[in-house]
Amino acid sequence: MKAGFQRRRRRNLQIFRAIVLIAAGLYFLVPIGAMFEFSTRANDQVSRTLGAWKSIGTFPDLVTAITASIELAAITAVVMLVLLVPTMVWVRLKLPRLNRIVEFVCLLPLTIPAIVLVVGLYPMYLWMGTNLSDSILTLSFAYVVLVLPYSYRALDAGLSAIDVKTLSEAARSLGAGWLTVMTRVIAPNISNAILNACLLSVALVLGEYTIALNLFYNNLQVEIAQLGRTDAAVSIAVAVASLLFAFVLLTILSFVGRGRVVATGQTGK
Amino acid sequence: MTAAGNPALAITAGRPKEGGRRFSLDWLGTVPFLAYVAVFLFLPTLIIVAGAFVSADGGVTLGNFSAVTRSFVVRAALNSMLISLVTAVIGAALGAILTYAIALGSPNSVLRRMVTSACGVLAQFGGVTLAFAFLATIGPAGFVYVMLKDHGIDFYGNGYWIYDIRGLEVVYLYFQIPLMVLVFLPAVDGIKPQWREATESLGGNSWHYWRYVAGPLLFPAFLGGTLLLFANSFSAFATANALINQGGIILPQQISNYVSSETGGADAGVAQALAVLMIVIVTLVTVVYSLLQRRTSRWLQ
Repeated sequence: MKAGFQRRRRRNLQIFRAIVLIAAGLYFLVPIGAMFEFSTRANDQVSRTLGAWKSIGTFPDLVTAITASIELAAITAVVMLVLLVPTMVWVRLKLPRLNRIVEFVCLLPLTIPAIVLVVGLYPMYLWMGTNLSDSILTLSFAYVVLVLPYSYRALDAGLSAIDVKTLSEAARSLGAGWLTVMTRVIAPNISNAILNACLLSVALVLGEYTIALNLFYNNLQVEIAQLGRTDAAVSIAVAVASLLFAFVLLTILSFVGRGRVVATGQTGK
Repeated sequence: MTAAGNPALAITAGRPKEGGRRFSLDWLGTVPFLAYVAVFLFLPTLIIVAGAFVSADGGVTLGNFSAVTRSFVVRAALNSMLISLVTAVIGAALGAILTYAIALGSPNSVLRRMVTSACGVLAQFGGVTLAFAFLATIGPAGFVYVMLKDHGIDFYGNGYWIYDIRGLEVVYLYFQIPLMVLVFLPAVDGIKPQWREATESLGGNSWHYWRYVAGPLLFPAFLGGTLLLFANSFSAFATANALINQGGIILPQQISNYVSSETGGADAGVAQALAVLMIVIVTLVTVVYSLLQRRTSRWLQ
């Protein structure tokens, strides 16, 4: 009787699971499908056309914004790595007591929403615009702060899985300089964590809207929102493309993360 | 972390001669990072906090905070509170159900990985895109609305609520539910099947299990997730601004108007005062969240 009860419960759970997952799937997929549908509507509302997708290249402002956002994503990822990896390694090697402080500082942006941060950045960018540069690429200064918590977590997971101390002392005793230690010993050992941090940064920067809008820069999202008021089909085409791009990035990431767990499991033994 | 930290201490202790001199130089290694954070994180925060208490002529004042009592700011703040409360509670409840359904499957399945990365995208990626996704779905020209209308169901019979607070609530749930899945999944994964077996071998049924075992264990994580969702929607700006053109319906839009108004209503002091209030609320919520999270992580190992 007990076995029958358990079997029934397991079946009920499977039914519950299937219903919830199907509902969630519809809830997630229907809006994305609707965006495709909307972006391929022809003027007669009946036939289908890829006109909006093909005309993406004919909007110079949009192309500029896409290029700017890709450049911003690349610069942000590079600056983040150059700033964070050596610091985190150095703190682990020489200043273990500072570890908590670095962690606290890196996670701090989570409690300062972008809309709040931009209030403080506004006068700074005003000053930078007149005295240094008013290029849209200066946004990457702010974006590095924005991606700090996510990158820190990714890199921290990677560094915790390897023995930084032993690796770098072995390299140092063989005559390697600090640059060599970073680029040829530490970095290859945490390559998955670095990739994780980069993908997260890229996804975040490509989706950023608040800071760019309030500092009067037209990045991808600001341009999509503006274009939505004049040519909705094109802007929705770009929006769904960027959404799918972020999805692909994060799916790659989830497979990378799994590889790391397997790898550390082996070195642990 | 402790395993890596202890040998490190032991090794430094073994070389007392170098210790004193090297200690002072070691600090230099963190200078680039600290300098960067000082300029682009601490300085803006300082500008906000200091600016909030400074009047136009340079004196110390609380006048900027009096703007908080302006009727449209109060209304925006109440709207923000209401939207955050509604979407946090509904988002947490629905998110928890979805999390449980995901956790029932194999932890390494492709389905699970697809769902979690979809959640990552929706929870963190662009509010602008989500606003458009909903316009294309249930907007006045949207696919689902048009289809339902052809079948005699017109959910805009009483006006286009998608451009109002109710519309915002519906769209916000689209990133609130995925965020709940992301923060709640580790806790649900931590529930061991042995606990259920133990309950049953002691004669308990499903109700006993949820009421006395799984429920109390998951409740702090659930409450923490709800708080995080509240903070998340309280500080969200992009979705609302992309969906609703005439700004000012929620608090972040008011802040944006005061920072950089195209119509000349900018007032840095007021923007900074509102920003300070926002920091206070979000920080309070986040602190309680991390306390609850710590409580959960005690049995999560």
